[in-house]
Amino acid sequence: MKENHDLYNYILGIADNSLILAQRLGELCGHGPSLETDIAITNISLDLIGQTRSYYQYAAKLAGGNKTEDDIAFLRLEREYKNVLLVEQPNTHFGYVMARQFLFDVYHLMLMERLQNSKDENLAAVAKKGIKEVSYHKRFSSDWVKRLGDGTGESHDKMQEAINDLWRFTDELFQMTESDKEMAKLGVAVDLSELKEEYYEKVSEVLKEATLEVPENKYFTKGGKDGIHTEHMGYILADLQYMQKTFPNMKW
Amino acid sequence: MLSIVNPNIQENLIPVLQTVSDPEIPVLTVLDLGVIREAVENNGVVSIKLTPTYSGCPAMDVIGDDLKKAFSEIGKKVEIELVLAPAWSTDWISEAGLQKMEAYGIARPLSESHDKDVLLGEKKLVKCPQCGSTNTHMVSQFGSTACKALFKCDDCLEPFDYFKCLK
Repeated sequence: MKENHDLYNYILGIADNSLILAQRLGELCGHGPSLETDIAITNISLDLIGQTRSYYQYAAKLAGGNKTEDDIAFLRLEREYKNVLLVEQPNTHFGYVMARQFLFDVYHLMLMERLQNSKDENLAAVAKKGIKEVSYHKRFSSDWVKRLGDGTGESHDKMQEAINDLWRFTDELFQMTESDKEMAKLGVAVDLSELKEEYYEKVSEVLKEATLEVPENKYFTKGGKDGIHTEHMGYILADLQYMQKTFPNMKW
Repeated sequence: MLSIVNPNIQENLIPVLQTVSDPEIPVLTVLDLGVIREAVENNGVVSIKLTPTYSGCPAMDVIGDDLKKAFSEIGKKVEIELVLAPAWSTDWISEAGLQKMEAYGIARPLSESHDKDVLLGEKKLVKCPQCGSTNTHMVSQFGSTACKALFKCDDCLEPFDYFKCLK
């Protein structure tokens, strides 16, 4: 059924962002710059994985057959992952990780706030639960953007560089696929074009407070939502899918 | 001794439910925590609706297994359904649970607006579970588990966990 197909794609589009970002954050487990930040990063990762599981369980039910959440998480090819390019960018340094998190969290919270009113009650439930968690994430990453931006000369420069570098991935957050558009018509999906202006206002506000400049770059890189990823994606999947590829069908 | 009255939980199941505790805060039973939304028995099968505290809470899988084990010991089969709506809130922790939590060394969640004040470092309101002083400060927004923040008492100098308010 066309409608189910679009809903499935829409769910994966949201869920894959959380999965890949969680995987990136998980790489830092035991490698955070301090015990507190290490714990915070892995807690955020855990929240995102939890949300991902709820989405995938729902998607697996829609797909029918014997499909499980694990099949969706582990048994797809790179082109089949629909996450935005922003979340797959590497953990260059802590400031970079916080910049990436901040640019995503602002978007993520706005998305959740609207998704809780979705006509699809399953998605609404995941969003309602997630909002509480994502608010904490956003508070944490915003604090670090301000602290490093308005910190020492070196931390300021590093944070500015990170924001400048990641800026080109922000426009993709608001790109809508054909399935997204179909679902928005039915009141299931969030119309992302409505979020854009407010997003840049919110981000700029924090950047200004952090004494950082808002990049003026108008060139944006896209492709993740169509499955065309940056070179980093293959490495993430190699790690993520390692167990399933080494021991096919293994279960916990 | 039971302070939670949930009409969706069948009374004869309560003694068994009380034996299952949160693996991360073992002094709290699943009933104290308020994660059992429904428990009914039909033809020897116990159907339980469980709600997670946090989306990624790893304790949920363990709680599910523990429930199955507890009921299997009295020869009953359990079916568990995870429900997300309505979302769990810290208001669902029973008063008895909050007291046990404090005795265990975890500060109880404050109201929503107070919670914001303390997490932003604007006010000192969290009571140290060791000495009772409110002269405390937050060390980290995220503590040993997703549901807790790390605090330190400036009077007795003990570090402790604060259960974050979730609403």
